[in-house]
Amino acid sequence: MAQRGEIRFLLNDGAVALDAVAAEDTLLDFLRIARRLTGTKEGCAEGDCGACTVLVGRLAGDGLRYEPVNACIRFLASVDRCHVVTVEHLRGADGGLHPVQQAMVDHHASQCGFCTPGIVMALAALRMDNPEPDAAAIDTALQGNLCRCTGYAPILRAARAMADHGSPGADPLHLRRAETAARLRAMADGRRVAVARGASQAILPADADDLAAVLAAHPEATIVAGATDVGLWVTKGLRQIAPAVFIGHLDDLRRIERDADWLRIGASVTYAEAGAAMAETFPHLRRYWDRIGGPQVRAMGTLGGNIANGSPIGDIPPALIPLGAEIVLRAGDGRRVLPLEEFFIAYGKQDIRPGGFLESIRIPVTGGLHAAYKISKRRDEDISAVAAGFHLEVSDGAVRSARIAFGGMAPVPKRARAAEAALIGQPWAEPSLIGAAQALDRDFTPISDMRASAVYRMTVAKNLFRRFWHEHGAAGARAA
Amino acid sequence: MRATVSIRGGAHTPEPHESAVGHVTGSAPYTDDIPEPVGTLHACLGLSEIAHGRIVSMDLDAVRAAPGVVAVLTAADIPGANDISPTGLGDDPVFPTDTVAYHGQPLFAVVAETRDQARRAAALARIACDPLPAILGVEAALDAGAPDVTPPLTLARGDAEAALQAAPHRLQGRMRIGGQDHMYLEGQIAFAIPGEDGTLTVHCSTQHPAEAQQMVAQVLGLPFNAVTVQVRRMGGGFGGKETQMNLFAAVAALAATRLDRPVKLRPDRDQDMIATGKRHDFVADYDVGFDAEGRIQAVDARLAARCGFSADLSGPVTDRALFHADNGYFYPHVRLASRPLKTNTVSNTAFRGFGGPQGAVVAERIVEEIAFALGEDPLTIRQRNFYGPGRDVTPYHQRVEDNILPRLVAELEASSDYRARRAAILDFNAQGGVARRGIALTPVKFGISFTATWYNQAGALVHIYKDGSVGLNHGGTEMGQGLFTKVAQVVASALQVDLARIRVTATATDKVPNTSATAASSGADLNGMAALDACRKLKARLVAFASDRWDVAADAVAFAPNEVRVGDAAIPFDAFVKEAYMARVALSATGFYKTPKIHWDRANGQGRPFYYFAYGAAVSEVEIDTLAGEYQVTRTDILHDVGRSLNPAIDLGQVEGGFVQGMGWLTTEELWWDADGRLRTHAPSTYKIPLASDRPRRFNVALADWSENREMTIRRSKAVGEPPIILAISVVEALSMAVASVADYRVCPRLDTPVTPERVLMAVEGLRAAGDG
Ligand code: FES
Ligand code: FES
Repeated sequence: MAQRGEIRFLLNDGAVALDAVAAEDTLLDFLRIARRLTGTKEGCAEGDCGACTVLVGRLAGDGLRYEPVNACIRFLASVDRCHVVTVEHLRGADGGLHPVQQAMVDHHASQCGFCTPGIVMALAALRMDNPEPDAAAIDTALQGNLCRCTGYAPILRAARAMADHGSPGADPLHLRRAETAARLRAMADGRRVAVARGASQAILPADADDLAAVLAAHPEATIVAGATDVGLWVTKGLRQIAPAVFIGHLDDLRRIERDADWLRIGASVTYAEAGAAMAETFPHLRRYWDRIGGPQVRAMGTLGGNIANGSPIGDIPPALIPLGAEIVLRAGDGRRVLPLEEFFIAYGKQDIRPGGFLESIRIPVTGGLHAAYKISKRRDEDISAVAAGFHLEVSDGAVRSARIAFGGMAPVPKRARAAEAALIGQPWAEPSLIGAAQALDRDFTPISDMRASAVYRMTVAKNLFRRFWHEHGAAGARAA
Repeated sequence: MRATVSIRGGAHTPEPHESAVGHVTGSAPYTDDIPEPVGTLHACLGLSEIAHGRIVSMDLDAVRAAPGVVAVLTAADIPGANDISPTGLGDDPVFPTDTVAYHGQPLFAVVAETRDQARRAAALARIACDPLPAILGVEAALDAGAPDVTPPLTLARGDAEAALQAAPHRLQGRMRIGGQDHMYLEGQIAFAIPGEDGTLTVHCSTQHPAEAQQMVAQVLGLPFNAVTVQVRRMGGGFGGKETQMNLFAAVAALAATRLDRPVKLRPDRDQDMIATGKRHDFVADYDVGFDAEGRIQAVDARLAARCGFSADLSGPVTDRALFHADNGYFYPHVRLASRPLKTNTVSNTAFRGFGGPQGAVVAERIVEEIAFALGEDPLTIRQRNFYGPGRDVTPYHQRVEDNILPRLVAELEASSDYRARRAAILDFNAQGGVARRGIALTPVKFGISFTATWYNQAGALVHIYKDGSVGLNHGGTEMGQGLFTKVAQVVASALQVDLARIRVTATATDKVPNTSATAASSGADLNGMAALDACRKLKARLVAFASDRWDVAADAVAFAPNEVRVGDAAIPFDAFVKEAYMARVALSATGFYKTPKIHWDRANGQGRPFYYFAYGAAVSEVEIDTLAGEYQVTRTDILHDVGRSLNPAIDLGQVEGGFVQGMGWLTTEELWWDADGRLRTHAPSTYKIPLASDRPRRFNVALADWSENREMTIRRSKAVGEPPIILAISVVEALSMAVASVADYRVCPRLDTPVTPERVLMAVEGLRAAGDG
C-alpha cells in the first residue's frame, strides 16, 4: 500500500493535515508558534514542569482515551491520528468555564498563572478517570506539574471542589466523544506515514513488520517511542534525530498478555498502560510505579524505551532484572531472547544490532519475596539516586535464591552478584541481610554527582537490605 | 431610608486575583505571548565554558555563517556603557571584553530568523581562554582571603566580647546555608521593538521596569525618555527579575536598535539558571553566651556569603541578613559582621526575603543549640529570649515597638497543641523504630522597608473616564502576588465604586516614571498609598465641583457605594462623572507616596531602617526514615500577621506559597556546582522544587485577624510577600529533632541546609557512629 505523505490529526475542533514536518518539530512549538495557541506555556522544555500539558486523545481498545502529555517533548509527527486538546478548547460552547477552571478561580488557585493552564489540563485529565479524587489521587495527578507560587494548597482545594461543578458526563469534551472517535477512526488508513521538512524525515511505520522493514532500510534511524528521553536530546541537546522512526502508535507493540507463567509487555506499552497489569502481578511495584515520572511522563514513556536507551538511572531495569525479565530483540524477521541484565554491556552500549529493535519484554510470574525501592532527593518526579529491586526465595529458614539489582550504582543497571552470593544459603535472619549488604562494596563503586554523593549511594544501598528485612522478615519466616 | 449596600470588591474582601479567569483559560498573555510583528528576530546568548580566565580569542565565524543568522553582537557593538550594574559600580558588563568571571557568563549574542536557528548557531562559537584559578564557594573564598565585592557591614551594641567571656555557658558553631534558584515558571524574556526617531519599546518580564529602562538607555547611550519598558504580568519573579532581567533587556534592545527590527530574547531554562543569580548561600560562624535558663547574653557572628563575580545587590542582601540575624530575639550584647565575598560564580541577587531568611536561620540555630545544650524544649528557650519590655532594642538600635510575637506564639502553641504533641513524639521515638519524628515551632519577625531609603517611594496614575470606568496604573509590577488586585481594591474603596469598574493596565515607564523595584514586600504598601493619594486628589476636585455645581457645603458631598450624595440627592457615579466632565473637571490624577519615619546610617550601623515589623510563627511536624533519610512533613500549622488584610484570600495564598517555597529552599532545592565551577542543577530535572506531594500532609494556615498595623500603612495592613519564607525554618528544626532522637537528643545535629534526604541520613549515621563508639 502506498505510504501517506502527511500526518493527520484533530486539534481542538479542527482537522489538521501537515506534510512539511521535521523529525525534530515539537508539538509545543507547533501550538505556540504556528497556531498561536499561547495558552500552553513553556516552562522547561524537558518534560519536568508540566506548564505545557495538553490532552492527547487516541483510540485504544475500548474507545477514545485522553491522556495528559508534555507538549514540549512530544514530537509533532507522533500525534498522527490523535486528538490534541489545548486549554483554549476546554470551555463549553457557551464560553462558560470548565468545572476545573471554575474551581480554580473559586479557590484562588492561581497566582502568577503561568503554571495554571498546565495544571488545569492535568486536573481535567484526572477528572475523566476519577471525578471525585481524594488527596492522594490529586497529588499523584499533579506529580508532573510544578507551581512555584501557591504551595499547592489552593490547587488541592480546587481539585477537591471540581466535583461540585456537575458530572464529568456533561463536560464539553465528553459530549463530543463519539463524534471525535468517529473522526479519528476515519483517519486510520493502515498506511505507513512519512513526512519531512528539508532533509529531516519522520516515519510512522504501519505495523511491527513494517517497522522491521523501515529499520532494515534505515539502520541509522532514531527509534522514538514515548520521547521522554529523545525529546530532550532535541530540545536541550539540539541534536538532529532524522530519520526518526516513531513506534508509540504501533498496536502490535502495545499488547499486554498475561498467562500462568509470563507477563508479556510490548515495547510501546506506556508506563500508564502497564501499571495495572504490573501491580496486579507484582503488587510490590504498585507504589514504585507511581514514582516513575509524573502522569504526563507515564502516559508517554514506555518500558521498552526505558530499557533500550540504556540509562544507568532508568527506573525499569532495577525493578525487572530481579524478576528474571527477558527481552525479545527483533531484526528483520529474526528474533532473539536475552536476559534483561545482559542487554547492558557498558555505559551507552547495549546489545542491539543496527536495524534491530526491542519488540517486547517478558517477565516470569514468580513467587518469593519481592521489593523495589527508589531513593531520590524529591519523592516524586525525580530521577533516582539509587533504585533497587530484590527477589528472594526463602524456605526452611534459609535463603535459597537471591536476585538483587541496582540502578544508580554503576555505569549500567547491574546485579549485585557478590551480595547475592553472600546471601544464598544463609539463615533467614537480619544479620544475614546486613552481612550481605557489606558485599556491595565489592559489587559497586558509585560516583558522586548532583543527585547524591558516592557515600550516600553506598550507605543507602546497604540500608535497603535492612529495610527489606523490616518489611519481609516475618513473611520469610512464615515461608520457612 | 436606603438599605445599606456596599461596593463589590472593596478593600479587605477576598476577591479573586484580577487575572484569575485569564490564568485558568490561558488567555492572560505573558511577554512571550505578545503577537510578534512581521520581521521579528530571535536572539540567543553564547556562554562561557570556563569559570575564570583571560579571553584570548573569540572565533565567531561559524556562528555568523550558520543558517538564518542575521548578526552576531559582542561588546564592541555596544554604543553606550558596557555596564548594567544596578548600583552603579561598573562591575557588571553586558559582555566582558578581556576576562571571563564565571562559568556561564554571556560573551556574545547571535540574532537569527528563528529561535531554533539562533540556539543552534550559538553553539558553534570557538572561544579560547587562558584559564585562571577559580574561587567557587564561601569556604574557599574565606580560605583564599578573597576580597569583598562591596563593603561589609558590622552591627554592634554593648560589649559582645566581654559578655561572652562572662557568660555561664558559651558555645560556637558553623552553619552552611544553601542558596536557591528562583525557578519562576516563566523564564527571563525581553522583546524589544524599535520605534520612531531612535526610540524603542521593550516588553520584558521585569520587577523593575524603571531600572530596565535605565540600563537599556545607558547601554545604548540614549536618554531615558527614548526607552519605554512595559510589563503586564510576570509568571513569577521572587526577586529573580529585579536586576537579572537587565541583561536580557539590554541585549534585546541592542540587537533591535542595531538591526532596526523587533528582537526577542528568551533563554532556555538551562541558560536562565546558569546565567542568572540566585539566593546567596552563606557560611555563618556563631559564638553565643547564655545563662542557665538559656537566656542569651551575647552573640558574636559572622555571616559570609557567596556573592559571585559582581556586587549586584549583594550589599543590601548581606546587610539584611544581619538585620534578621536576631529574628525575634533580644541580644543584650551583640556583634554581627557580614562578608560579601567575591567568587567566580554567577552574581547572586535578590530572592524573596533578600538575605533575611539566611539571617533568621542562624538565629534559630543559635537558639536550638542552647536548647540542646541545656536539654530543654527549644520553644521554651525561644520564648525566654523574645523581645519584651526593657529588652526591645535590635542590633541596629531600632526599638521594636510593635512586638506581637509573644501573643502570636502563645496562640499557635495552644491551637496546634504543640506541647502535647511534642510529648507524644518523644514517646514515639523512645520506641526506637526506624521511623522517627520531630516537631518544632519557630517564629518570624521581618522588617518592612527598603534599607535603601530612597527606594521607599511610589507613584500612581488614576483616570476616571467619562463613562464612569476607572483606569489605574502604578509603578508596581504584577508577578502573581496579587498587587494589581489589592491596589484596585484600595481604589474601589476610595472612590466607592465596584471593583469591576476598575481596569489595571500594564506597568510602563511612560505612565509612571522613576519607580522602585517591586520588591521588599513593599508593593501594596507603597503603590496602594500612591493610588490612594491620586484618588484623594480626584475626590477633592469632584467635591469642589459638586459643592459649586449644586451649591451645597463641601461636607454635604459624600462618595457612597456607586453613587455620590450631594445634599439629599443621590447621583449615580457615571452620571456624576459625566456632569463633572461637562463642567471641565480634570478627571486624571497622579499620586505619590514616601514612607515616613525611616532613616539609616550605615556607617554607624544605627537608625530606623524599618517602618514596622511583620510577624508570624509555624509549627511543623516531620517523620524521617532513618534507613534512607527520606522524610515527609506530616503537619504544619501557621499563624501569620498581615495586619488588617487588604485581601485575606491573596494574603493566605502568599503565606501558604511562601512557606512551601521556603521549605523547598531548606529541604530539596540543592544547587550543585562541580569542581570546574559548572552548575549541574540547571533545570527542573536536576533542581527539585517542591511538588504537590511535598506540601505538609495537614496544612492549617490562619491569619492573625486581631492584628492591625500600629503605623499608618495602607488601611492598616502589613506586607506579606517575604516573611512567610522564614516560617519554613520550623521544618529544619523538626528534622533536626527527629535526627537527634537516634542519639537521645544529647547532641545538636547541626544540619546544614538544604536538609536533603542525604543530609538527614548522613547525620543519623554520624550520630549513631559517635554513639556506638
Ligand atoms: S515545558 Fe516543562 S514540561 Fe513541558
Ligand atoms: S501560580 Fe505561579 S507557578 Fe503556579
